[in-house]
Amino acid sequence: MTIRDPMGDGIAAGWKVLDASLPDAPRALEADVVIVGSGAGGGIAAEILTAAGLEVILVEEGPLKSTRDFRMREAEAYPHLYQESAARKTRDKAINILQGRCVGGSTTVNWASSFRTPASTLAFWRERFGLADYTPEALQPWFEMVERRLNIGPWQRAPNTNNTLMRTGATTLGIPVGEIRRNVRDCWNLGYCGMGCPTGAKQSMLVTTIPSALGRGAMLIHRLRAERLVTAGTRIDALECVAMEADGVHPRPIRWTLRARHFVLAAGAIGTPALLLRSKLPDPHGLTGARTFLHPTVVAAGRFAKAVHGHAGAPQSLYSDHFLEQLPIDGPLGFKLEVPPLHPVLFSTTLQGFGDEHAASMREFTHTHAQLALLRDGFHPQSHGGRVALRADGTPLLDYPLNEPIWEAAARALLAMAEIQFAAGALSVQAVHEQCRGYTSWPQAKEGIARLPMKPLLTRVVSAHVMGGAAMGASEATGLTAPDGTLRGVDNVSVFDGSVFPTSIGANPQLSVYAVAARNASILTSRMTGKPAPPLA
Amino acid sequence: MLSRRTFIKAGLLGGIALGAGGVWYGATRESAPAGHLPGSTRAMFAAITPVILAGSLDEGNGPVERVVDGVERAVAGLSAAAQSELGELFGLLGFYPARLLLTGIGDWRLATRAEIEAFLDGWRLHRIALMQGAYAALHDLVLGAWYAQPESWETIGYPGPPEVK
Ligand SMILES: Cc1cc2nc3c(=O)[nH]c(=O)nc-3n(C[C@H](O)[C@H](O)[C@H](O)COP(=O)(O)OP(=O)(O)OC[C@H]3O[C@@H](n4cnc5c(N)ncnc54)[C@H](O)[C@@H]3O)c2cc1C
Ligand code: SF4
Repeated sequence: MTIRDPMGDGIAAGWKVLDASLPDAPRALEADVVIVGSGAGGGIAAEILTAAGLEVILVEEGPLKSTRDFRMREAEAYPHLYQESAARKTRDKAINILQGRCVGGSTTVNWASSFRTPASTLAFWRERFGLADYTPEALQPWFEMVERRLNIGPWQRAPNTNNTLMRTGATTLGIPVGEIRRNVRDCWNLGYCGMGCPTGAKQSMLVTTIPSALGRGAMLIHRLRAERLVTAGTRIDALECVAMEADGVHPRPIRWTLRARHFVLAAGAIGTPALLLRSKLPDPHGLTGARTFLHPTVVAAGRFAKAVHGHAGAPQSLYSDHFLEQLPIDGPLGFKLEVPPLHPVLFSTTLQGFGDEHAASMREFTHTHAQLALLRDGFHPQSHGGRVALRADGTPLLDYPLNEPIWEAAARALLAMAEIQFAAGALSVQAVHEQCRGYTSWPQAKEGIARLPMKPLLTRVVSAHVMGGAAMGASEATGLTAPDGTLRGVDNVSVFDGSVFPTSIGANPQLSVYAVAARNASILTSRMTGKPAPPLA
Repeated sequence: MLSRRTFIKAGLLGGIALGAGGVWYGATRESAPAGHLPGSTRAMFAAITPVILAGSLDEGNGPVERVVDGVERAVAGLSAAAQSELGELFGLLGFYPARLLLTGIGDWRLATRAEIEAFLDGWRLHRIALMQGAYAALHDLVLGAWYAQPESWETIGYPGPPEVK
């Protein structure tokens, strides 16, 4: 079986890769384009810009870890590869947010599920945000291009038991279930995508676009945090950065200054708006960081007589959009059903309670099947999402008040998942909620869940999908960025990441980030070179 | 056991204390070298670990020490902002008057399992979000530190990661 580690190989061959935690002197560098963030948007942009012959510097706050470093251990993966050690919280601590913070960004740790942007989401963007060019037809070539590049296709193996049980239950109830496409090549079906793929099978930015950009002479600087953009009139003159300690937590007293003709911001939702806020750029409508969406996610765990082994096998291979399609997009929040991979730390900390109660649930670890309901936020008139602000030390903090439309949907979703789990043969089901002691039948769950108070910190809410905060829109009043991702009010900045979405996606967002970044990076490239942009490899 | 009233009162005062940034106990706060927890915080975790992990952790001090070491490593990996918030919480829990008020516990080493359970349960369902958040932090730190360790895996049947060669 194949193991691919193009970053490890390339560094050995002399690629330009700098670790800012090492040198003790300030540095000044220059390129045609500086890209901030090496995740989904930054990776795609780097490949397109370098293919056109532009000189690129890629700045990444997190460390460079690649295939041979990934040992499938939560104790290493979370502190090394995730923002705030996978414990990033909203202001009131009611939502735990998973986001990547490493070379490759969230694509290094994501679960490889690949969905095109739903047509209904695009229709909403055209209607409410004037994004007239965002039709499924116009985006199709961009989807096809990134799908080819990242080998996105049907999953060739049988779904693992964790996924199969969702299908069994749903099918019994007449709820349709679909198959998830994945961005993998020669996947070993291990199930550790969330800790960095140890075989290089997952076609994250770490094994695709970043190596190709570096192979063409781009420079990657990791453990370097972009601090602020410095203006000179209506142009951005430089990006000031601060080197990070190897621990990834503390900034060092060492500054780097990067100059470029153009700056691409791809620090992800939360990250990009935070950089803009620190830069104090003009924002007459107060849009920076506003409308940040999360697909707030609730969880239900079912115990089965047979072994499930939710830690093993491709984490996500089946889904159901049944509850997204039942109601109008701006009505009560719909939700997408999926399953999460189950690993000891993530599962034990998500699960409510302590002591004997918790230990009893953990003893059923290998017999547990869990489901996730991803709530589609940002469409309902009262679903405004959250707002990014800065702490005194300049780091971002997302304030996301969980309000009535979210709670109404959360209760519906917990019910739906419990019903499916019992239909699949669950012996018992736990809604992940501080006051739920578990149910042993569907009638009991139906009554019990209806009585659970839907409140912050009682109902467990998590997110791995951060979107928005620098939304595109046709007008200055609705779009901090224009429909091609350029930042309004300055001449030479573009945003190519998940922060440009004006609502949540209503599906796992990576493919939306890739396609929109490919489109907008190509527009920028042809503007900078006067020639059509070359396609992705 | 503490009465419900005590908790409400403690919660109210505790909320004020935490909210005020803990200025008033700051003077007595212990410091520890970077990446380490002060002795009073380690004592607190050593006391609550066997309660949070009851039913999972074997009796004996060895594993408790290793969990507390794991908590120490986990805290060091959190954001600077989270570390300083936790520092305030740990400071309060290490400071006798605040601890007594917030948890009803005078000395961590003498606290009974029932007393610790009562304080954790009180915080878990507290009406002040700050206290619920503090409970959640203790919950995640202790459980995360234990289940990160291979020695915990056999208790739940997790075989550990496969070999990739
Ligand atoms: C655990 C997990 C599982 C997921 N599973 C899926 C899935 O199966 N399918 C799917 O479609 N989506 C999934 N996602 C989400 C998906 O990966 C993201 O939506 C997508 O990667 C977002 O792309 P982005 O470019 O906006 O940001 P990211 O990919 O997050 O990249 C942003 C990068 O910017 C860096 N950065 C931030 N601030 C700074 C700064 N100031 N200076 C320098 N660098 C900075 C960050 O460290 C990060 O590396 C998952 C996410 C997670 C965390
Ligand atoms: S399941 Fe995930 S981690 Fe395992 S080989 Fe496939 S892509 Fe890599």
